[in-house]
Order: sequence, then C-alpha cells, then structure tokens
Amino acid sequence: MTTNATPTVLFAGNPNAGKTTLFNLLTGARAKVGNYPGVTVDRREAKLKLDDGSHSTVVDLPGAYSLTARSAEERVAIEALLAAGSATPAAVVVVLDATTLGRGLYFATQVLEVGLPTVIALTMIDEAKKLGMVIDHAKLAASLGCAVVPVVATRGDGKDELVRAIRDAVTSVPARSPLRRFDAELEADITVVEDALVAATMGSRSDEAAKRRLRVLAQWALLSIGDDELTGVAAGVREAVERVRSDAKRANRDVDRELVTARYKRVDPLLRDVLGEKAGPVKRLSSRIDDVLVHPVWGLLVFVGVMFVVFQALFAWAEPLMGLIESGVDALSAFAKAELPEGAFTDLLVNGIIAGVGNVVVFVPQIAILFVFITLLEDSGYLARVAFVIDRIMAKVGLNGKAFVPMLSGFACAIPAVMATRTIESRRDRLLTMLVVPLMSCSARLPIYVLMTSVVFDPSDKVFGFLSTGALVLFAMYVTSVVAALGVAFVLGRTALKGPRPTLVIELPPYRMPRAINIGRATTSRVRRFLADAGTVILALTILLWALLNYPKDSVSEARFEQMRAVATADADEEARQAALAEIDAEQAGERLRNSAAGRAGRLFEPALEPLGFDWKIGVGLIGAFAAREVFVSTLGLVYDVSDATEEDQGLHAKLRAAKHRDGSRVFTPLTGVALMVFFVLACQCMSTLAVVRRESGSWKWPAFMFGYMTSLAYLVTLVVYQVGRAFGWGV
Amino acid sequence: MQSTLSDLSIGERGVIEVVTAARPLAVRLMELGLVEGTEVRIKRRAPLGDPLELELRGYSLSIRADEARCVRVRREP
Ligand SMILES: Nc1nc2c(ncn2[C@@H]2O[C@H](COP(=O)(O)OP(=O)(O)O)[C@@H](O)[C@H]2O)c(=O)[nH]1
Ligand SMILES: [Mg+2]
Repeated sequence: MTTNATPTVLFAGNPNAGKTTLFNLLTGARAKVGNYPGVTVDRREAKLKLDDGSHSTVVDLPGAYSLTARSAEERVAIEALLAAGSATPAAVVVVLDATTLGRGLYFATQVLEVGLPTVIALTMIDEAKKLGMVIDHAKLAASLGCAVVPVVATRGDGKDELVRAIRDAVTSVPARSPLRRFDAELEADITVVEDALVAATMGSRSDEAAKRRLRVLAQWALLSIGDDELTGVAAGVREAVERVRSDAKRANRDVDRELVTARYKRVDPLLRDVLGEKAGPVKRLSSRIDDVLVHPVWGLLVFVGVMFVVFQALFAWAEPLMGLIESGVDALSAFAKAELPEGAFTDLLVNGIIAGVGNVVVFVPQIAILFVFITLLEDSGYLARVAFVIDRIMAKVGLNGKAFVPMLSGFACAIPAVMATRTIESRRDRLLTMLVVPLMSCSARLPIYVLMTSVVFDPSDKVFGFLSTGALVLFAMYVTSVVAALGVAFVLGRTALKGPRPTLVIELPPYRMPRAINIGRATTSRVRRFLADAGTVILALTILLWALLNYPKDSVSEARFEQMRAVATADADEEARQAALAEIDAEQAGERLRNSAAGRAGRLFEPALEPLGFDWKIGVGLIGAFAAREVFVSTLGLVYDVSDATEEDQGLHAKLRAAKHRDGSRVFTPLTGVALMVFFVLACQCMSTLAVVRRESGSWKWPAFMFGYMTSLAYLVTLVVYQVGRAFGWGV
Repeated sequence: MQSTLSDLSIGERGVIEVVTAARPLAVRLMELGLVEGTEVRIKRRAPLGDPLELELRGYSLSIRADEARCVRVRREP
C-alpha cells in the first residue's frame, strides 16, 4: 500500500441498503460522478475527512447482491475490491440493511474473504427496531472479525462512530477476518480453478493477500463463467471452470448450488445467533400500503394515475419554463444581431452557436422534471412496483417490467431514456429497450406535429361532430409511436436480438420517505450528464448545419441582391423602404439556401422523396432535422423565405398552404401532412441519441443498426400511408 | 407429489427444496436466498396476474410464474 497517495475506501452493499444516503451523509456535496472506464456504470467518488484530519477518497460501488458478475458492468465491483498494487483499497465499508440481514451477510462474507480491512455499517436500525428486531452487533463483530457500526443514515445517527471505525480500518492494520474452508470436494474444485487463474496470470500466490484474492476470484469464476457476457477471460480459465462443472455433474454434484448453499449455511446460524428474540411477525406498514398500491383494482388505478401525473408534469409543467428559455434565447440572438456588425461571423454566432445552445438548453426543464420523478419513484420504492404491475404487458412483447420507465421517459427525450435503461441487468434486454426507446414520440417532435396539423387541418374540422381532427391526429401520432416501439421490440426480440426468454427478478423494497437531498443530487448529476452528452453533439451539428445551409454562396446571385438593395434604399418612403428591404432579405435567404449544399442535397433526394408526397424543400427540412428535430420548423421557414419562423407563425402557415408542386397541385394536403408526421414518428433524426446509444452499448454497431432500421421503417410506412391514401383519395 | 412455488396459493408457505432453473437464473435466485431449507410465502400476484410476490428472509421478491415453476418446494402446513 502506498502511503503518499490518498487512501481509497470502497462502499459496497445490496441495492437499497442505504449506500447512497450514507455516502451523501459522510461526504457532503462534493461528489464527482463519472463512469468506470470501458463500461457505463456510474462511478461516484468524493473526499472524506477522517477524524484525525486526514483525507480519503470514498468510492460508491454499484449495488449488488453478490460478487457474481456475468458482464463487464457487474464486474466493476469485484475488480475494485481485488485491485492489487497501488490501487489496493485501504478499506471497505459494507453497507447492510439491518432488516434483511441474512441476504446482506451473504454478500458481506464474500467481501470479507478478500481480506481487506472492513467495516460493516448496519443501516435501517430505526426500521429494525420498529419490526421488533434486536441485533447484537457486538456478537456480529466478533464472529465476522470486523467492526460493525449501527447507523440510521437518514438521521445521521452513528455517523461519528462510523468515521472513527473507517479511520481505524485505514490506519491500523487489523487482523484479517478468519478464513473458513468449505468441504473437501468443493475446496478441490476451487483449487483447480485457482491453478488455472495463476497459469493465466489473472492471479498469484505470491503472498497471503494475493492468495486471498485468488480464492475470491476462483469462486467468482465458478459462479459467473459460462452463459456470460464477459470478455478478457483467459481460455484456460474457461476450460478449467467447464471441466470442474462437468466432472461435478457426472458425480451428481452441482457446484453452483454447493457454493451458494455452503455460504448460506454459515450465514444462517450466525443470523440466529445475533438476532434477539423476535417479537412475533409484524405486518410492515409497507405491506399494508401495498395492499392498496398493487391491489388488482386500486393498484391499476394508482398506476395509471401516477403515470398520468408524470406525463402531465413532463408537458404542462415544463412548458412555461421551456417557453421562458426560448424567449431568452430569442432575446439573446436579437441582441447579438442588433449589436454586432452584419456578416458571416454574426450569422454563425446567432444562427449557429446561440441557436445550437438554445436547442439543447430548452430540454433541461423536461429532463430535470423527468429525473426528479424517476428518483422520487426509485427512492420511495414505487419504481419496483411499476415494473411489478406492468410486467405482464411488457412480457408479451419480449421485454420486462423494468423497460417501462425508460419507455415512458422516451416521451420527453430519448437521451435520458436510453440512460435509464441501465437499471435493466441483462444486456440483451437492455439493448432491446435501448433500440426501441427512440421510437417513443419525444417532445422535439411536438413542434412538427403542431405545425403540420395547423397547416393542413382547419381548426373547425371535426370528426363525429365534436372531436377536433387536428387533436385526433396528434393523439394518433402518440399511439403510432407506442405501437411502433412495442411492435419493433416484439420483432427484434425474435430476430436480431434473439436470446433466452427474459426473466424478471426484482426486489420490492419497503416504501420509504424519499429525501430531497438524494433527489436533488441525482437530478443535477443527470442534467449535467445530458448537457455534456447532447450539448456537444447538438451544438456541433447545429453549426455544421448552419454551414450546409449557407455555403457555398453563389457570387452572381449575391451581387444581384446587392443591386436590388441599392435600388430599394433609394425609396423615399420610410415604410416602403423597410418593407422592400425585408422582402429582399427573405428572398436572398431563400436563394442562398437553394444554392447551398443542403439545398442541392434536397434536390438530389427529391426523386426518392416524391413517392412520399414530399418535395425538395421538405427534403432540405429533413436534412436540417437530423441536427435536432425542431430545426425542421426554422429550416422550412428558410426554404419558404420566411424570416424567424415559429410553429405558430402565420407567414409560414400561409406560405406552406400556398406551396405548389411543379404540376400545380398543393404540397401540403392533409395527406402529406399526415405522411410527414408519420415519417417524423418513425425516423431516427437525432444524432445525440445515436451518440448516447453508442456509449451505452459500447460500439457503433447498435446505433448504426438503429439508424438503419428506423429510417427504413419510416420510409416504408410513410410510403404506404401516402400511396394508399392517394389511391383512396383521402385528404388529397 | 412434487410442488413448485407456482403451485402454492396466495398466503401459502413452502420450504425450498431445490432450484431447477437454468444456470444464470438459478445462481441469481439462490444468491438472493432461495436455498434449500428457506421458508417462502406467496404474498400476492400482480394486478394483471403475473408476476408473483414472494416473502422470504424478511424481504419481498418478485419473480414471474414461469420462474416460480423452476423452484421446487415442500408445502408447509
Ligand atoms: N429509515 C431509514 N431509511 C433509510 C436509511 N438509509 C437509507 N434509507 C432510505 O432507504 C432508501 C434507499 O436508500 P439509498 O441510499 O438510495 O440506497 P442504495 O440503493 O443502497 O444507494 C431511501 O429512500 C433512503 O432514504 C436508514 O438508515 N433508515
Ligand atoms: Mg444508490
């Protein structure tokens, strides 16, 4: 162990044991959140000041029920625990929920075998008392050979004692907790795997500490290797594990079962020993709450109600804030336009950079609200019930209940939704969810629906005499997106992502009062992550798009506009002069666009877009939409020579309504409008989503696949909608 | 007759005999405490009929009926 570097203290424990709460209690607000290298598992670390004035770095490991790890994500915990050399942790704090001590001790005894100085923090002591449990923590400490500190993480009880115990663990070198052996057959199996690990240089027997690590690693290998998603496991180790397992099977033994059972056989007597006489079974408050919250009738009503509130919040509550940000951005660009000299730089600043930042920041309110709700649901314990209630339906399309919240989040924005898939353990299920989440109709699509419905439908259009056609079509788009997401999941789960039938194994933790501080921290760290992820991509693309829309410039036409301007400026009448100049500006913008790279591309794609009912101008808009969907509206404004277009803009509406195909027919018929909306529902037009999927899936393969299937699906479905509609003469 | 967790009715108790599930699932269930000799009670079914909520070792666990069929139990009176 190096003495000059700050010692590292790991926090490990079962999910919901109170790890995060304890981490926040000890370290205050200075946590750094990042990812473990190579995998997308949150890595939270912070400085902890010990009572002797020294500092250590506390790292919050992902919650786990055991050290078994079948994927790179799960392997993070065991790798941190077994790190050798200068990365060796100085101590481990195992956070145990006093009310589920048996299951917690299974994990704790695994960690103790590593041989690091260990402190057990026994949380939820308040709840244990209410349940009539008396825990003899001194006896527990004596049996395990490590310090045991009872705490109430939410109230801060036991904080000082815990800090003192951590200091003792870090500074002194306590005796290693005794190592207990299994029966001879199992020990022989472990030795075979240990030998293979040594041969593959994944471990060594150089000293006592290394031997301890090797033994833990061998048990990990026996329980994890085979049917795994691990990389970098030496072939020799795999073979050894397979051999041990098949030899055991021939002798009618099951190594997995023996290993797990042997450990529980140690834990159970210990548990009886430290638990005082239990006052008869108490029905937890939580269980009584569940009698209502997951009741066959009330439970469903509550579920629908909760989801409605989340949905409502995402739209109604975020709306005013988003409006505020939009007007702020508009004011800023107006200010910049007024104050700075005209020219390419100002244009880049206003239409590239300010607009780009605006496109990102405008989502912050929704994302913050979304994460406040997700953390609220998670910390209260209801999130697990969401999965419990909805699993039956998700199972029908080959997903599991945990995919529901990411999909719901997709209504706000696919980026946090893709991030929310991290709660799904199986890689295949997570990928499947990730691939369909971008089909959910995110809020960036809404401005396009609003524009199209108001252009192609008359507000007085009614279906059945009372339903507004526009509203109905809008609703239909949301339904289409959900049906598409579920349908694609169903198909992909049976084709590209064929795998073992997904399972659902989920703990239903007791209901607990969520705490503002946990929610605040989780939300800010997620918003920061969004800004970093989406911010850079959207900003860069908006600038790129600006360049594509403005360059190359045609010098002949530029000169012509200068001339027209000179003529107009000569007009004596102030009002007429302003009007003429504005007209010239708009016309010039349109002309520039037609000559620009994007304009040319739009015309190039026109033959492919024609069967969908789109013309080249819509094509240019679609190119713009790849930076961020809302950009479609302002790009259409550019193509149709309307300055500063918004979705309520009357000028843009009039221009769109008047737009004609070459044969003189209207471009924006109700059918084209609907076709365009359907295209937006299904097409993958968000580079930030692709970038996030690439990070979360670890390769470009999946975002490429996603882009391919979504774009093809969008094209085909739009084609069918338009052609069938035209054949039947609907909305033409 | 051999019963599995999915044969128990709501409120009924059983003692685990063996987890017969395929590998990754079996290890997970066992590590969550479903080992031989552990007492389990079926607490309820989800509103739509599946999954189940089990109570064991002082906590609640939810698994699907399909998975419950892979856990052999001895009925407790
Ligand atoms: N009553 C009580 N609740 C706690 C205690 N520690 C944490 N909690 C609550 O338990 C829930 C889960 O805690 P959290 O820190 O998120 O657990 P983690 O999953 O291990 O990070 C939260 O609602 C906490 O407020 C405690 O000591 N007593
Ligand atoms: Mg946590």
